[in-house]
Amino acid sequence: MNATMALMGNPNSGKTTLFNNLTGARQHVGNYPGITVEKREGRLRLEELDITVVDLPGTYSLTAYTQDELVARNFLIEKNPDAVVTVLDATNLERSLYLVLQILELGTPVIVALNMMDEVRRKGVTIDTKRLSTLLGVPILEMVARTGEGRETLFREARKAMLERPAHTELRISYGHDLDQTLDAMQALIESSNFLGGRYPSRWLGLKYLESDAEVLALGQSTPDVHARLLEMTSVLARHCRETLNTEPECLIADYRYGFIAGLLKDGVMTRPATQARFDITDKLDAVLTNRLAGPLFMFAIIYLMFEMTFTLGEVPMGWVESFFGWLNETATAILPEGLLSSLIVSGIIDGVGGVLGFTPLIMIMFFFLSFLEDSGYMARMAYMLDRVFRIFGLHGCSVMPFIISGGIPGGCAVPGVMAARTLRSPKEKIATVLTAPFLSCGAKVPVFLLLAAAFFPGSGASALFWITLGGWVMALLAARLLRSTVIKGEATPFVMELPPYRMPTLKGMCLHTWERVWQYIKKAGTVILAISILLWAAMTFPGPSEEQTARFADERLAAQAMSWDSDQALEEALAEIDNAEAQEALRTSLAGMVGTALEPMSKPAGFDWRTNIALLGGFAAKEVIVSSLGTAYSLGEVDPEESTGLSEKLRTDPAWNMWVAVSLIAFVLLYAPCFVTVAVIGREIGWKWAAFSVAFNTVLAYGVSVSIYQVGMAL
Amino acid sequence: MQHPITLRSMHANQSGTIDSVSATGELGRRIRDMGLVPGTQVTIMGRAPLKDPVALRLRDFTLTLRNNEADLIMVNVNESGENRQ
Repeated sequence: MNATMALMGNPNSGKTTLFNNLTGARQHVGNYPGITVEKREGRLRLEELDITVVDLPGTYSLTAYTQDELVARNFLIEKNPDAVVTVLDATNLERSLYLVLQILELGTPVIVALNMMDEVRRKGVTIDTKRLSTLLGVPILEMVARTGEGRETLFREARKAMLERPAHTELRISYGHDLDQTLDAMQALIESSNFLGGRYPSRWLGLKYLESDAEVLALGQSTPDVHARLLEMTSVLARHCRETLNTEPECLIADYRYGFIAGLLKDGVMTRPATQARFDITDKLDAVLTNRLAGPLFMFAIIYLMFEMTFTLGEVPMGWVESFFGWLNETATAILPEGLLSSLIVSGIIDGVGGVLGFTPLIMIMFFFLSFLEDSGYMARMAYMLDRVFRIFGLHGCSVMPFIISGGIPGGCAVPGVMAARTLRSPKEKIATVLTAPFLSCGAKVPVFLLLAAAFFPGSGASALFWITLGGWVMALLAARLLRSTVIKGEATPFVMELPPYRMPTLKGMCLHTWERVWQYIKKAGTVILAISILLWAAMTFPGPSEEQTARFADERLAAQAMSWDSDQALEEALAEIDNAEAQEALRTSLAGMVGTALEPMSKPAGFDWRTNIALLGGFAAKEVIVSSLGTAYSLGEVDPEESTGLSEKLRTDPAWNMWVAVSLIAFVLLYAPCFVTVAVIGREIGWKWAAFSVAFNTVLAYGVSVSIYQVGMAL
Repeated sequence: MQHPITLRSMHANQSGTIDSVSATGELGRRIRDMGLVPGTQVTIMGRAPLKDPVALRLRDFTLTLRNNEADLIMVNVNESGENRQ
């Protein structure tokens, strides 16, 4: 028999720990259609029952303000799950019950799981679970999700609920004389007119009108006459509340709910020890970790350490992935006959997908640390300490992690950086963070900067890199400010944030979380990214040089071989020179080359010729490609980005180049369209419309900055 | 009885009872959902290094608010000042 069980609860209630505990690795993460809220499902077998467990997003309430809350609420109403388990942090009972009351008012039968009972007992607090259960009329069980305590009781209760399907009975809370009277009248009207087809509990609909719930009001418009009468009743009551009590119905509803909870917990249902420990472990840690002086120092040390460890530890497995693809590349080259197919498989598919999968170890390690910071409760403290600074630019305290990882310290990467923005719960701030994080100097841009610095600012590579990094920060923050006052305009999302108690995350939870992210990334590499690699390969290959040109290079080779040479080495060099010239010609006559040449009139004001244009087009695949494409365009053959002294010498002596071209190009590379892997990730995180916007916006901004630099520089 | 003061003007370790919350819309809803309703005991835990946001303890948990959000909450400070709930 199939059944559905939904898990609900506040953020940090241990809901996901329970979910992991119940379903293990048999879980699947997707998105609810059209929105970015994660849909987490897993499977659980319980004797004859085959259960789909749904981990609904963590919420504090069931209003219509956030997507998370709407998803949870609509799931309860529309999917009508066979059992609903609400997971409560029992150390924080009052606020957790606020959510339970709202679910009960909706009429959904629930099983209440009081999680973290070990902490409750340690604090000397007692909860009379039996009496609370009788008062609320729902089964309540004690559990410790981390250790599995209470699992069996939960299974028993869930099984009972699924087999017996208890009737929906709505909890009736009294909201005081005035509100109750209006609610009764609304209920009578809703029931007599069969408003909204009886799909929603009538008293609940009335409450939602009093709370001016945007979604319910929109639904109600389908029956204009009843809708208008309900609105009229609401406004009469609102006026009355304002006149007599100087408050709004919404506020009264919250007051009465908390009053109801206070009533539930009195008379020994919950007792606290007479002498409560003045400081618990969280307070002791916070005295240091959020201290005015020590707090920021610790924070910077932790950020730096995490960054160093991610990129140091990541280097080794990244090397393995790279050598694997290197080996694959060589094998394919050896097996396949030379020609277009070999070129497509080697340069298009293997190099393209390999370059992308090379990031996997970084993403894995980064998310492992990130889940530790998040699950332990430290991330909330970082947001708390940095919010004042980031708010100036229209961002949120939580924006710091995506910025650092994207290259706030040179060597980062915007791919995991953009993904790290998931920790932001405020939609506008999240979009602004995701769009500006790619301005920071990621590890792939660094070789370009070092090449240009070596050519035009010899001996000052380190200080050049420092100023470029600083420039990245300034541009990212200013761009965020610009975006937040134009396209993502609007009031800052309220900060109101919980500082959860510090808790040691479970290894299982961190591993599952990490694996989820890595798997999503790998799936992306296999689809969108594969397609784009092939497109880019085609653009840099077709239509290619004409037959005459190919014939001319073949003749040159024959001529060279026919000549007498001092040594074999000299002949090799001469032939290599011809190969390089042919590669240059092939690139120039490719689609990318033609676009590069066609763009020359536009790029001239910034100081770039067709060669630079091609390199920049290639840089859309991955910024490292800029160095190697410049090498091909200057007919130096394949240039290793790590070893580019020959190219920097060439650029220094080339008449088309000078210091201002270099500065202009540095600015352009720092700011222009993110590489396509980043664009794909942006699309996934905040939608394809924004991904397209980031390509256009960043390129236009980069162009503006580069033209200004070059024009001002040349005029000086 | 003394006059209520804004939550922003309270200093660390000071306790009091919420008198009124004048926030509306989404902010008001979030504040109320977190249990900041009249009659609730709050204690200021401290402030972030740049003096904003402010951290407060209520109903067994810690909440942070920006100062401009704290401006909308009026509190009757406990006479003894340092009392915890």
